[in-house]
Amino acid sequence: MRLLPMGERAILMEVQRLAQVLALRERLEVSRPPGVTDVVPAARTVLVQIDPAVLSLAQARAWIEGADAGAAGAAPRHAAAHERPARAARTHHIDVSYDGPDLDALAEATGLTRAALIDRHAAARWIVAFTGFAPGFGYLVSDDWPFDIARRVSPRTAVPAGAVGFAAEFCGVYPRETPGGWQLVGTTTATLFDPQAAEPALLAPGDTVRFRVAT
Amino acid sequence: MTGVGHPFGVDNHADARAAARAWISVTQPGLLATVQDLGRPGRASQGIARSGALDRGALRIANRLLGNAEGAAGVEITMGGFSAVLVGAGSGDSPGRGAGGMWVAVTGAQGDVTIDGRAVGTNRAVLWPFGARLDVGMAAHGVRFYLGVRGGIDAPVIAGSRATDVMAGLGLAPLTTGDALPLEGACIAPVPANDLAPWGVAHDRIDIELWPGPRADWFAPTALETLFGALWLATSESNRVGMRLAGPELARTRAGELPSEGMVVGAVQVPPSGAPTVLLADGPVTGGYPVIAVVAEASLDRLAQARPGQRIAFRHASP
Repeated sequence: MRLLPMGERAILMEVQRLAQVLALRERLEVSRPPGVTDVVPAARTVLVQIDPAVLSLAQARAWIEGADAGAAGAAPRHAAAHERPARAARTHHIDVSYDGPDLDALAEATGLTRAALIDRHAAARWIVAFTGFAPGFGYLVSDDWPFDIARRVSPRTAVPAGAVGFAAEFCGVYPRETPGGWQLVGTTTATLFDPQAAEPALLAPGDTVRFRVAT
Repeated sequence: MTGVGHPFGVDNHADARAAARAWISVTQPGLLATVQDLGRPGRASQGIARSGALDRGALRIANRLLGNAEGAAGVEITMGGFSAVLVGAGSGDSPGRGAGGMWVAVTGAQGDVTIDGRAVGTNRAVLWPFGARLDVGMAAHGVRFYLGVRGGIDAPVIAGSRATDVMAGLGLAPLTTGDALPLEGACIAPVPANDLAPWGVAHDRIDIELWPGPRADWFAPTALETLFGALWLATSESNRVGMRLAGPELARTRAGELPSEGMVVGAVQVPPSGAPTVLLADGPVTGGYPVIAVVAEASLDRLAQARPGQRIAFRHASP
């Protein structure tokens, strides 16, 4: 792990592989001290943002190094009144109508039949590795999904809300209609982003997602 | 609670009653007018940007002048040219008490502010009578005005904030002619007796402090010298998402993009063209361009008021 500076209120941790990002984020969240305002995983990095009035950069650095070493003695969590506590990981069940326009392309890319592809996707245990692209969009990965899917050569100008797609090692669900280049396997009626909700984004890093065949 | 500490005898409850029946009717939004508060910090892991006022200090001053909580929502007016009428059941009442209008304050950029054609100035609390028209003229200095209203603007709360995030499409859409902004009317204190905040005109050249960024090793060794040694120009390619700067090329020694990584407000990203872009409040929470440095929090408000063509010098921040 490499620690990189990111201004006066953040530290960027860089690792070699996405699996290390997931593990590091988990270790940071379980030992998260007061003054940490956000823990933002990405493909090869975790960004920790702090309130320097509560936790100094030096203290944050010591905590991160301890968490990276797997130190059991990391500070216990006390939620300060002004910060939002880390939310516990959840499991979401998302019903999918497997009627996507790229089913044939996906079958060819994975070497599976359409039916086997759908079974494999619905049987896999998916984890939200990180978010991005648009509010509510989660990049999902699975140990049960070894495929590397190329993006469409030409992105669609409009991918409908609820579309379930693949790109590289990731699966994702479009929270709203946007342009997009992912290969689409189907659609869900689940709400990925609800502006009226206290927590508008359904998915947070570390959550588990299970897809089910909609009936 | 009548007349606590205020020469005009402001009544908190009367303010709240007036607000419940009052709204701001936008007659001319100008270039861009949005509702802003202090935004949505701490939600980047869910893909939600900080958003909120670009010049947070100016919004806070407007709220302090009005006895509001610091984070009450106001209108961020870009470059001026904004007009609105205060509509309320009390229209036609003689002004002078809270119930005859609403207390407002305009802060941030400098320009002519008038109510029914009468100059009322900036950085002070003034009473906006029901039925009267408020005009914010073109900015003579700075870019972003803040129109604060006693009690704040009652826009929908999304993820803990009333701010408009123009990139993610959260909050009220940018204001258009005919929009009606309801007022909240929840104050924490009377309008302070000291109803004028000191202000000064910005210098022609603004100094911005930078902290180290994570990807300085993506650049030629001379790039940091160039960054701190050159005079940069704010460009018209600036909005709530980011501000592009014009100046010498910051030579990169590596091509391409990084895998996307977490960004912060103030991150100085350098795309392959070599022209730096500073991410602002509605900027993406992750990005793939290397970040050479990060603008100090204390410099962000000043940067938000940099006009196209204004000269910017970068300085090393020190703790």
